[in-house]
Amino acid sequence: MKTNDVMLQTATKLVFFIIFLFSIHIFFVGHYTPGGGFVGGLLTTGAIVLLLLAFDLKTVQKALPFNFTIVSAIGLLLAFGTAAASIFFNVPFFTHAYDDFTLPLFGVTSLHTAMIFDAGVYLVVVGSTVTMIQTIGGDK
Amino acid sequence: MNFVLLIFLPIVAALFVPLLYRKLKNVHTGWFVLLVPVVLFIYYIGFIKTTMEGGHAISELKWIPSLGISFVSYIDGLSLLFTLLITGIGALVVLYSIFYLDKNKEKLNLFYVYLLIFMSAMLGVVQSDNVISLYLFWELTSISSFLLIGYWNTRDRSRFGALKSMMITVFGGLMMLGGFVLLGIMGDTFSIRELIANAPSFVGHEFFTLALVLVLLGAFTKSAQFPFHIWLPDAMEAPTPVSAYLHSATMVKAGLYLVARFTPIFAVSEVWIWLVTGIGLLTLFWGSLFAVKQTDLKAILAFSTISQLGLIMSLLGAGALAFHSDDPIFKFATFAAIFHLINHATFKGSLFMIAGIVDHETGTRDIRKLGGLMSIMPVSFTVAFIGTMSMAGLPPFSGFLSKEMFLQSMLAIRHFELFNFATWGIIFPVVAWIASVFTFVYSFYFVFKTFAGKQKSEPLPLKPHEAPIGMLVSPVILATLVVAIFFIPNLIGKWFVKPAVIAIQPSLYSHPSEVAVDVAAWHGMTDPAMWMTVAIVGVGLLLFLTMARWQKLYDIQPEYLSLNGLYDSVMLFSEGGMNKISRFYMTGLIRTYLIYMFAFIAAITAATLFIKEAFIVDMDSFSPVNLYGILTAIVLVIAVGMVLLAKTRLSAIIALGAVGYSVALFFVIFKAPDLALTQLVIETISVALFLLAFKYLPALNNHGETKRNKLVNLIIAAAVGITVTLVALSAHSQKMIPSISQFYKDTVATEAGGGNIVNVILVDYRGFDTLFEIAVLSIAGIAIFAMIRLKLSRKGESTDENK
Repeated sequence: MKTNDVMLQTATKLVFFIIFLFSIHIFFVGHYTPGGGFVGGLLTTGAIVLLLLAFDLKTVQKALPFNFTIVSAIGLLLAFGTAAASIFFNVPFFTHAYDDFTLPLFGVTSLHTAMIFDAGVYLVVVGSTVTMIQTIGGDK
Repeated sequence: MNFVLLIFLPIVAALFVPLLYRKLKNVHTGWFVLLVPVVLFIYYIGFIKTTMEGGHAISELKWIPSLGISFVSYIDGLSLLFTLLITGIGALVVLYSIFYLDKNKEKLNLFYVYLLIFMSAMLGVVQSDNVISLYLFWELTSISSFLLIGYWNTRDRSRFGALKSMMITVFGGLMMLGGFVLLGIMGDTFSIRELIANAPSFVGHEFFTLALVLVLLGAFTKSAQFPFHIWLPDAMEAPTPVSAYLHSATMVKAGLYLVARFTPIFAVSEVWIWLVTGIGLLTLFWGSLFAVKQTDLKAILAFSTISQLGLIMSLLGAGALAFHSDDPIFKFATFAAIFHLINHATFKGSLFMIAGIVDHETGTRDIRKLGGLMSIMPVSFTVAFIGTMSMAGLPPFSGFLSKEMFLQSMLAIRHFELFNFATWGIIFPVVAWIASVFTFVYSFYFVFKTFAGKQKSEPLPLKPHEAPIGMLVSPVILATLVVAIFFIPNLIGKWFVKPAVIAIQPSLYSHPSEVAVDVAAWHGMTDPAMWMTVAIVGVGLLLFLTMARWQKLYDIQPEYLSLNGLYDSVMLFSEGGMNKISRFYMTGLIRTYLIYMFAFIAAITAATLFIKEAFIVDMDSFSPVNLYGILTAIVLVIAVGMVLLAKTRLSAIIALGAVGYSVALFFVIFKAPDLALTQLVIETISVALFLLAFKYLPALNNHGETKRNKLVNLIIAAAVGITVTLVALSAHSQKMIPSISQFYKDTVATEAGGGNIVNVILVDYRGFDTLFEIAVLSIAGIAIFAMIRLKLSRKGESTDENK
């Protein structure tokens, strides 16, 4: 029983990407300024919640055809894999490595394995929270 | 040979019983079982020579050496006597059971397995030198006795009797274990011999009396002493061979054995002497008094067993006086106790077997229906006559000798000077005499109401006839012993009693021959005990002849005022009452349980805070308060108040959102941007979730809360809040060590290559926490998914245990 929410839906189409981009930004700057995987993930979820409010569940599931439980599983694997990878280099579990690299497009960039771990956090947060909201919201 | 292993021989033999029962259907399984006690009996006879010279034999099997626990078979006069009783009467009982139990109708494999386990357990009890293994075997006798009493497990009375005996004897067994542990602590050893050697140092120890009472509780429950005797009459539901073996000759004597064995340790105590002598005498009196009331043959014998056990117990108590006085009469009491123990085992065993024969051949044990069996069952009558006359204490049967010695010992107690015996001692011979009169009455009652007179008019369930030879062999052997002992008492004394006496009183003698007791049937006209016996016979005969008139007096006592009534109501209470108590506090309301938890948390924390004098507030450690902080706090308090007072869910959710946002504001004020960000988003999403989920819930109601509930809630909530505030204040005021945050500040760029300390801590320094927090989050997600998608419980009706 959806009414014709033209304004909401139009605004959402625009705002969704702004929030999403902001969440990606927050995620990447986390190591230096406030932000990180957790907040980034939550903001992405917020964007998806906005979509859910403006459109119905089926439309959103069609637009974002991910199984979010698998997303959070991938996130967990990524996080654990990063932590476990260190033992192959004969250093204790959860030892991170970082260095500056010269990349073709970005120039000199500082890369940190903590970022991969944070990406895992991001995926788990998005996957789990969206799973919760979709299942609760989708329940009849 | 390592003869400690022989204790386990019956159990090992029990392993083969089911096999023999299945494979050899034509032979009664009992014949194979019979071999075991016979072999053991013959083997143990070989030790008589050792013990007669005051020596002992010992054999050890290590079990848990690091804890000082081992199986030790220690054979001295006392344990040898019991061992011979167990194996000897065991052999006779097995022989009897071969003819008593039908091989086609009964589950013989079970019966003999239980019986053999019991035999091992009993051998273990009397031979163990280690208190822990003694306890092990002790409980094994309780368990095997439980199985044997409940042998006919389709009968209600059997199950009731088995449970009752189990409850009472296991209660006593556990108490006894406590006593043993205390003894172990006092003496720093579990070995009984070493404990006896250390015994002088126990006097005055704080555990001494406690250990004494606990050990006695074990002995009293097992030996059916007052007021724990109530299990024994109910245990008569067991097959008669079991009653004859367990409940007259062996298991009920385990308590006597325990008292005798621990006499050297505890006899110095006044409490011991009073308890053992007093309870023994009370049991003697009580048992003999109520034996006359019974109408069931085995019940008469059960009460008579109780009474006779009390007699032996009181003699053991009187024997403990020998540790205080040089008067030879008290040494005499111990001799009398052991002598009567032998006598009782022989005549009571034979009487039980006769009761079984009567039951087997006539189909009833009710004495009111029996009578006039003398001419039909002459052999049984002769045996019963010998047994009962010995029980009544008449010559020329063994009971006469022990009864004389008993009366002499009780008379002698009057002359004992210590422990108030001079004042109260007169009670002992008086009670002993009255009890002896009743013993006389029930002995006559048992034998003459069954065998003499005319047959009752209504026919018996079976046509009575004499029992088969095989069934009569065992009681005849026992009856022969009863008569033989009367004529050779001093030989029995030399072989069995004196070695046992020196085991009970090791400090008084060094060789059995020093026990200067000469049993004589005739003491001359001047002996007071002789005249007491004459009076017993006279008064007893009078009472027996007028019995029909006064036996009705017993019906005055209502059933619910008896000890059985007490036991029943205790059992009823422990089931029903405990159920009520649990139902009272287990309301099934989470509200109630939360009240318990919070009340305890507040009380315990506040009490600790003030008892330990930890409540200190240091004003100097506080930071200055700024205006923004105050304003946010006011908003927060108002929002919390709104949550509490909200009438609808929606306003509560919105107020909760306000709480969350003001907390986020606090994070801003206190310079925590990461937290503020996260808090804001989390709050937004959770409010959205609440709105989504609460849409389906019914309107708020108070779920039956009353004003009083609310007041209690208010008090407890306030108590928890105040306690936590006080703890937080004093924790803030007393920092034990400086914070480690400086390390993070110094190394965040150099070690971790980052700038945001919070995030670097989360993913690098303490990434482990984060790893498992995201695991928690995914579990929560999957759990919600599973909870909502899997609605199995709605189809299958939920099972509520309270319904």
